[in-house]
Amino acid sequence: MGAGDALLAIENLSVSLPGDQGPRRVLRGLDLEVERGQTYGIVGESGSGKSITALAVMGLLPDRARVEGRVLFDGHDLAQADERAMCRIRGNRIGMVFQEPMTALNPAHAIGRQIAESVILHEGASRKTARARALDLLDLAGIPDPASRIDDYPHQLSGGQRQRVVIAIALACRPDLLIADEPTTALDVTVQAQILELLTDLTERLGMSLILISHDLGVVASLCQRTAVLYAGRLVEEGPTAALLARHAHPYTAGLMAARPRLTARAGERLTAIRGTLPDPESVPAGCIFAARCPYVIDDCRAAEPALHEAGDGGHVARCIRLEAVA
Amino acid sequence: MSELAASPAAPRRRRRLSLRPNLVIGTCLIALMIAAALLSLVWTPTPLGTMDMMSRLAGPSAAHWLGADHFGRDVLTLLLVGARNSLGIAFAAVLLGGAVGVFLGLFAAARRGWAEEVIMRFADFAFAFPAVLAAIIVTALLGVGSTTTVIAIAVANVPVFIRLSRATGVDIWSRDFILAARSAGRGPLHITVRHVLPNASGVLLVQATTQLALAIVIEAGLSYLGLGLQPPAPSWGKMLNDAQTHMGSQPLLAIFPGLAIAIAVLGFNLLGDGLRDLLDPRLRRTR
Amino acid sequence: MWLTLFRRLAGLVTALFVTALVAFILIDLLPGDPALDMLGTQATDETLAAAREALGLNRSPLERFLDWIIGIPVGDFGISYRYRIPVSQMIAEGAAVTVPLGLMAVLFTTAIALPLGVYAAANQGRAGDSAVMAFSQIGLAVPNFWFAVLLILLFAVTLGWFDAGGFPGWDAGFLPAVKALLLPAFALALPQAAIIARVTRSAILDVMGQDFVRTARAKGLSRRAALWRHALRNAMIPVVTVMGLQFAVLLAGSVIIENVFYLPGLGRLIFLAISQNDAVVVRNMVLLLAGMIMVVNFLVDLTYALINPRLRGT
Repeated sequence: MGAGDALLAIENLSVSLPGDQGPRRVLRGLDLEVERGQTYGIVGESGSGKSITALAVMGLLPDRARVEGRVLFDGHDLAQADERAMCRIRGNRIGMVFQEPMTALNPAHAIGRQIAESVILHEGASRKTARARALDLLDLAGIPDPASRIDDYPHQLSGGQRQRVVIAIALACRPDLLIADEPTTALDVTVQAQILELLTDLTERLGMSLILISHDLGVVASLCQRTAVLYAGRLVEEGPTAALLARHAHPYTAGLMAARPRLTARAGERLTAIRGTLPDPESVPAGCIFAARCPYVIDDCRAAEPALHEAGDGGHVARCIRLEAVA
Repeated sequence: MSELAASPAAPRRRRRLSLRPNLVIGTCLIALMIAAALLSLVWTPTPLGTMDMMSRLAGPSAAHWLGADHFGRDVLTLLLVGARNSLGIAFAAVLLGGAVGVFLGLFAAARRGWAEEVIMRFADFAFAFPAVLAAIIVTALLGVGSTTTVIAIAVANVPVFIRLSRATGVDIWSRDFILAARSAGRGPLHITVRHVLPNASGVLLVQATTQLALAIVIEAGLSYLGLGLQPPAPSWGKMLNDAQTHMGSQPLLAIFPGLAIAIAVLGFNLLGDGLRDLLDPRLRRTR
Repeated sequence: MWLTLFRRLAGLVTALFVTALVAFILIDLLPGDPALDMLGTQATDETLAAAREALGLNRSPLERFLDWIIGIPVGDFGISYRYRIPVSQMIAEGAAVTVPLGLMAVLFTTAIALPLGVYAAANQGRAGDSAVMAFSQIGLAVPNFWFAVLLILLFAVTLGWFDAGGFPGWDAGFLPAVKALLLPAFALALPQAAIIARVTRSAILDVMGQDFVRTARAKGLSRRAALWRHALRNAMIPVVTVMGLQFAVLLAGSVIIENVFYLPGLGRLIFLAISQNDAVVVRNMVLLLAGMIMVVNFLVDLTYALINPRLRGT
């Protein structure tokens, strides 16, 4: 890590949410950097802290969440920014695409109006200009015959089309960074591929950076130049995607890879599942957070939490003391 | 966002039993009302029916702590006996209306089919009528009197209980333990009495508490209109009506009975809210 | 859409017919003799018979029912047993008081409840929110007729700004008439406002937690802007529903409130008709109230379609 040209640099970011028994730390000491024009993947199960990271960058965590650390976006610390400053950045310089296209759009407004809203808000455009831009954006997002759809309401569109509209909204002001949080999870398999293709295509054409958040290592692997793996609110592995795939250094990443269904799997071959469940964030054990589920665990793993160890070229690191054994 | 949505589903007992202001205040207010009602059975400041003509429309004094009305009757005495009448009618009416409603509702849930259809159509229709109006209409049909008042308020309660117990019943019927009981060869009556009713009782109790508040208001409204308890039986609503006539000379008369009604209603409402929170911790957060 | 509308209308008419039938059976076929009520105990057999003839009581119940039902569409509701004037005229006179009263009450309710609800939702968990919720809890507990009496005590008896009751009629001029309805409308509105404020608050909070509000926030809208532009309209669906349902309660409330203020409205009409055993008036009033409640519920459903485009197309 440590390239100077980072668009987004997250430094030692921790997030606590209020829980029934005091605050729960859902993200602990996260460091990562996204360069301009880079596609960056964040992988983890639900509860790993990946969506929390996205919301922390956007400043959309619940009011009572406590945030520590720095979120440097283009040199400015978003974690310290006040609400007005954040409103100028959201939707303008950072766009976000959500998991549920069925509910992410306001059912009471036509889609054109929902896209135009950002343009009017951030660029002070007139309704007419904004509408023209909305048309372009719909076209850009791959909605066929946008002129006839612009006054449709969300319920008149399919899930895939709605996700295209959400993407159009996120792109409305040509942001520098697009965060896509599980953008295809709720969609049909065939549509998933189209949406992912659209996202990478647009990232390239518009020269944006993309953070793609997914539980599916395969999806991230196919699109992202760099990948971070989160487990129970902790970064466990990070590096160039190719290096990560060639050698999943952390046992958890290895487990994720093995748990993926493959087309090449022979009939009768069973999917490997990772043993056990996520630890309760309220009672994180002293040592390695993955120790309880790790097949390579030794006594030293439970003594103290491992630091990030270098696992390969390009800053490939993993939070594991048994790197040799895993490889 | 999935992390945020996944708040812990398992309620923590320790927190559930912690003191809730709703429950505490509600319980206190209702305890006060019940105490007043019970006290009136053994003691009142003056015997009921005493008219102290010298103290007509008098303000609070040592002899009459809350003053006296236009017949010289002690206001506190009337309020205490009024509490007994009001609570008595409310409890009787909700019990009666609840019993009929729950019977029909659980019957509909157990039988389904056309019986359910008929019962629910009726309930929907009757539910559209505000309780006060239903009570007034029933009173019109039966003629005034305390029995009529109980029946009128009970009738107004029936559709609420039909809808609630049927909805709860249908939900319970779809659960696994019912399937188990059915496969064990248990009939609908047995299942309703042994499984459905106990599981629905919490929800029904909460509703009954809220309905008691409504019953108090209806009773007071009916007696204000002269369609409820007949004189000389003391009733808060009737006291308010009398007070209105003599408001110019003794405004306090219009304060105390209304306060009594409001306290009773507030008490039952808070108690109902508190019980609901206690029984369904999931709703607790959304309030 | 039109088919649905037609089906709903047909259902409405059927329900009204059933109501009319039930009201007729319950009210007209119960024991009691309107002729005797009218003439008193001194009536001779001949005068009673003549009165029954005049009131149409000699005909079969079926004939009387059909007579009533067939007259309704053309505005002929029958003749009051008691006052010997057309019921339609009595209803028209009553409606001239009750309808404006109801409208004013709805206006007050909205004017009080919506701002309070929005304010409480925007300040969730803070002192302002708690104050609104406490107000609403008290508003729910205070019966409207006591509140009405308190209003009279303060504004009529003590301050002398208003009359303690009565209605000068619309002939006396617009302002005096409205003034006479001001306190009653306010008394009707307060408990309503308490309920609607609560519903508004929780509906907004509910919508604010939904995904599309997050999308709006991700666009760069402030929390307040997201509330006004995106949450409010969607939150209005449950609010309109409850207001529609509460309309019936408002009607019922007017029965008591009109008696508190001696207003010659529909509420007082039904109350007097009940106490005077005027079956013709009572059955018409029952049908009228039921009809109004059903029509309002019907309109509430239609309003959904206007607020929620998802329902419009289907």
